[in-house]
Amino acid sequence: MAINREHELHGRRKGRNLGLGLVLAAFVLIVFGITIAKMSGGAMMEAYDHTVRPSLMVEDE
Amino acid sequence: MTDTTIIPRQDEASFGDFFALLKPRVMSLVVFTAAAGLFVAPVSVHPVLAFASILFIAIGAGASGALNMWWDADIDAVMRRTSGRPVPGGRVTAEDARNLGLALSGLSVVMLYLAANLVAAALLAFTIFFYAVIYTIWLKRATPQNIVIGGAAGAFPPMIGWAVATGGVSVESVLMFALIFMWTPPHFWALALFMNEDYTKAGVPMLTVTHGRRKTRNQILAYTVLLAAIAIGIGFSGIGGPVYLVAALGLNAQFAIRAWMLWRRDEAAADADGYRAEKRFFGLSLSYLFLHFLALMAEAGLDRLGITLVEGW
Repeated sequence: MAINREHELHGRRKGRNLGLGLVLAAFVLIVFGITIAKMSGGAMMEAYDHTVRPSLMVEDE
Repeated sequence: MTDTTIIPRQDEASFGDFFALLKPRVMSLVVFTAAAGLFVAPVSVHPVLAFASILFIAIGAGASGALNMWWDADIDAVMRRTSGRPVPGGRVTAEDARNLGLALSGLSVVMLYLAANLVAAALLAFTIFFYAVIYTIWLKRATPQNIVIGGAAGAFPPMIGWAVATGGVSVESVLMFALIFMWTPPHFWALALFMNEDYTKAGVPMLTVTHGRRKTRNQILAYTVLLAAIAIGIGFSGIGGPVYLVAALGLNAQFAIRAWMLWRRDEAAADADGYRAEKRFFGLSLSYLFLHFLALMAEAGLDRLGITLVEGW
């Protein structure tokens, strides 16, 4: 019995792997889309980063 | 689970089996009502953010569906309507269903927070908790009021949609919640009237099992009257208007007449025609809810286009 014999189970696994791959790719696209939408809406692009960042200071303080 | 059920694992699950764990048909209702809540809100949302928010609300609802299938595998195996689900069918283990449910719960809440805001995310988290823990694990097997209280879980999506847009809760969103909340008991009890045997076999304390069908018919009529008051009341709120009010008056008159007919029937008459009136009432309840939300969306659409049908409304 050859070790690479195709079984019906392999087809089903392939379908699952393909499905999961597409879901992950879609997730990446959605996160990217949210980022673009938030940034084009003028959302804050910088945040606290464990060090003083002058760009985050409120002016006239 | 309250008692052990051994479900033999037959074969490896396909992608579709995992998707079926998310209860796609319930998800489609959630997508629709959440989108309605978002659309009727007076604040506009970036279309990409609106799409992403509705998607993650749907995934959150799907996650609670998977948790429900994990906990209820023993009940599902006994009932004819649900015996083909992936877990009782032996294609997915109960543990896999639980893990998928927990993972997607966390993902959907975090992503909704990032795409929308904290209020919407907190409402989604509460909805999942309410459906999975309060309803499925606790009340479903404990009280004949299970449907009434569990209905709250299904009533949250428009409120979450509204929170995505406005970042808060208001009278209008509470009214949309109340509409689904009051609609759920007559909808499910009509189903229980002609599915009684299934629930009896599974030992779920449905009202039809514990108090009989006569009492259930009384309750359906009572809730239908209360539902009509809320549905028509929405017509005079900030999201209502002439189009909605006309639709609501027509739909509620029809729904009330059918509830009245169910109330007048006895079991002999129902048995004689194979529960035809009960099945029609159940069918009508689906379009009833759909058309109410569609009318609300039409109202918001007209508003956005700047069309006023009745001066001074």
